[in-house]
Amino acid sequence: MKTTDELLRIKNLHTGFRIKDTYFDAVDNVSLSLRKNEILAIVGESGCGKSTLATSIIGLLDRNKTRIQGEILYKNKNLAEMTEEELNDVRGLDISMIFQDPLSALNPLMRIGDQIEESLIYHTKLTKEQRKERVLELLNQVGINNPERVARQFPHQLSGGMRQRVIIAIAISCKPQIIIADEPTTALDVTIQAQILDLLIDLQNETGAGIILITHDLGVVAEIADRVAVMYAGEIIEVAPVEELFSNPKHPYTRSLFNSIPQMSQENTRLNVIEGIVPSLTNLPREGCRFSSRISWIPEEAHEDNPTLHEISPGHFVRCTCWKHFHFKSDIGGSHHVYAD
Amino acid sequence: MWKTVVRRVVIMIPQLFVLSLLVFILAQFMPGDPYSGAITPETDPARIEELREKAGLNDPWYEQYVRWVGNLVQGELGKSYTFQRSVGDLIGEKATNTLWLSLLSVILLYSIAIPLGILAGRYNNSKLDKSIVLYSFISYAIPTFVLGLLFLYLFGYTLRWFPTVGSVSVGLDPGTLAWYWDKIYHLILPASTFAVLGTTGVIQYLRSEIIDAKSLDYVRTARSKGIPMRKVYSKHIFRNSLLPIAAFLGFTITGLLGGSIIIETIFGYPGMGQLFINAILSRDYSVITALVMLYGFLALLGSLLSDIIMSIVDPRIRIE
Repeated sequence: MKTTDELLRIKNLHTGFRIKDTYFDAVDNVSLSLRKNEILAIVGESGCGKSTLATSIIGLLDRNKTRIQGEILYKNKNLAEMTEEELNDVRGLDISMIFQDPLSALNPLMRIGDQIEESLIYHTKLTKEQRKERVLELLNQVGINNPERVARQFPHQLSGGMRQRVIIAIAISCKPQIIIADEPTTALDVTIQAQILDLLIDLQNETGAGIILITHDLGVVAEIADRVAVMYAGEIIEVAPVEELFSNPKHPYTRSLFNSIPQMSQENTRLNVIEGIVPSLTNLPREGCRFSSRISWIPEEAHEDNPTLHEISPGHFVRCTCWKHFHFKSDIGGSHHVYAD
Repeated sequence: MWKTVVRRVVIMIPQLFVLSLLVFILAQFMPGDPYSGAITPETDPARIEELREKAGLNDPWYEQYVRWVGNLVQGELGKSYTFQRSVGDLIGEKATNTLWLSLLSVILLYSIAIPLGILAGRYNNSKLDKSIVLYSFISYAIPTFVLGLLFLYLFGYTLRWFPTVGSVSVGLDPGTLAWYWDKIYHLILPASTFAVLGTTGVIQYLRSEIIDAKSLDYVRTARSKGIPMRKVYSKHIFRNSLLPIAAFLGFTITGLLGGSIIIETIFGYPGMGQLFINAILSRDYSVITALVMLYGFLALLGSLLSDIIMSIVDPRIRIE
């Protein structure tokens, strides 16, 4: 790995939400890097902090209610310490974001063309005519057939898939280096999902941007990601290239996640679920292995006191040592591999 | 769109019919009639009876109703018993005064409330926001007559800045600049009373709309584009938050034509509110029924106006 390829480096990032004057870290000591032309997937259950991590990067969280500590280095500048004005020069131009719900992510009272044009006004020196042209070009690029008409339409006149294409057009309008896609396909139906993913890959091939893909859909990850980071309770518990992770998952949580994907080949079986629930933000175990309470059959000695990421093969990092002792619980009372018939 | 407007106007006809029936029946139930007040020990009861017969008050109610509606349709609102003048002329005269008062009130109300609401929402939880909210609660808690009397006492009697009664000074030629100026001068106190008391709703509504809008997805999208925060506010948050207030304008406009009984009475302003209360006190049926019909019609018109405004400002709503 050449350091020149590195676009973004996150170091010891903590993002805390204020609840009654105390800050609780939803993202706890996360370090990650993103390279050029790479799709880095961040996966995890709802509430594991993956979306918070994504929104922390371009500072879209409410400053009055959150606290960001650590480093988010982009072009040798720490985004975490930037003022709102400084961040505005990065947002949309260098780093842009694609959101989960295309139905609510567009201003209902503004024409599509105007919404795409907005970031061009502040980040480029294009004239009004050039901007209009660029808007049509962008709509074309994201696979919209009649750009002239769509540019004059309002969001409610478009389908969900079309709106997500518009949001992607907004995101790529200034040719950003980094695109953060926060569950871009979750709200779409399956055929549209595939089209949107294809579009993302095509755009990346054209621009060479780095993409951070936040998702809980492992199918999507397998399809397009280069590298995967698995998050649990605010921490990264495993990072690996996609083939490595899918063929050789190590952390008990990662293995449980894969195990809980329904298999078409197994008929009449109950779903494999992970015991317990994700602890809420206010009572996260801040010490020891955070997953230990959900794999209670693993002896305490198997866990590290202060679990750190260990590189077990090149590029494959796993937190804690408990993975060496992990096996799926197999007794009848357990929730794993229990057959209905 | 015009088709819909026409259809809505046509639907108003049966609504107005039901309203007219209700108004007429309720008026019949009212104790006494225009002549009961005229009875003194010296009056000959036969004379009163003669007047009642002549006015058609002894006919069965449906005959009276048909006669009344027939006149109404022809634009003939009847004759006021107290003033012995055509009700149409009477209302027309007062309506102009009320229109001026309402217009100034609305302008004052929105020019106070919209900036305050925007500031409170923009900087919510700040000291500024808290003082605006405090102001709006105080203005909400003060009864109209208390503030009206306070203004009257303070600015009218003590400081003598503004006139305390009427709509225009005597001795000025109508139509001259001095006359118009004097009319506005007379309007300021009642209009500010109305405006100050009416701001609460608009401020609170706008404030909460803006606070809600801040966390909406499309505002986050706008922020992610890297456009300056003031642009996010002006182009995405304020515009969208003002929408419901714009839509409510239809009701506000027509509602104001009804006038305010309390304010017009306190400031001795000859408007619709005053006409209405006097008509009730003197059992002037023809005026009461005409006014209630008018208010009902204005309410219907207000909802139509609101729908039309809404369809103009919100692209999601297109009347097909």
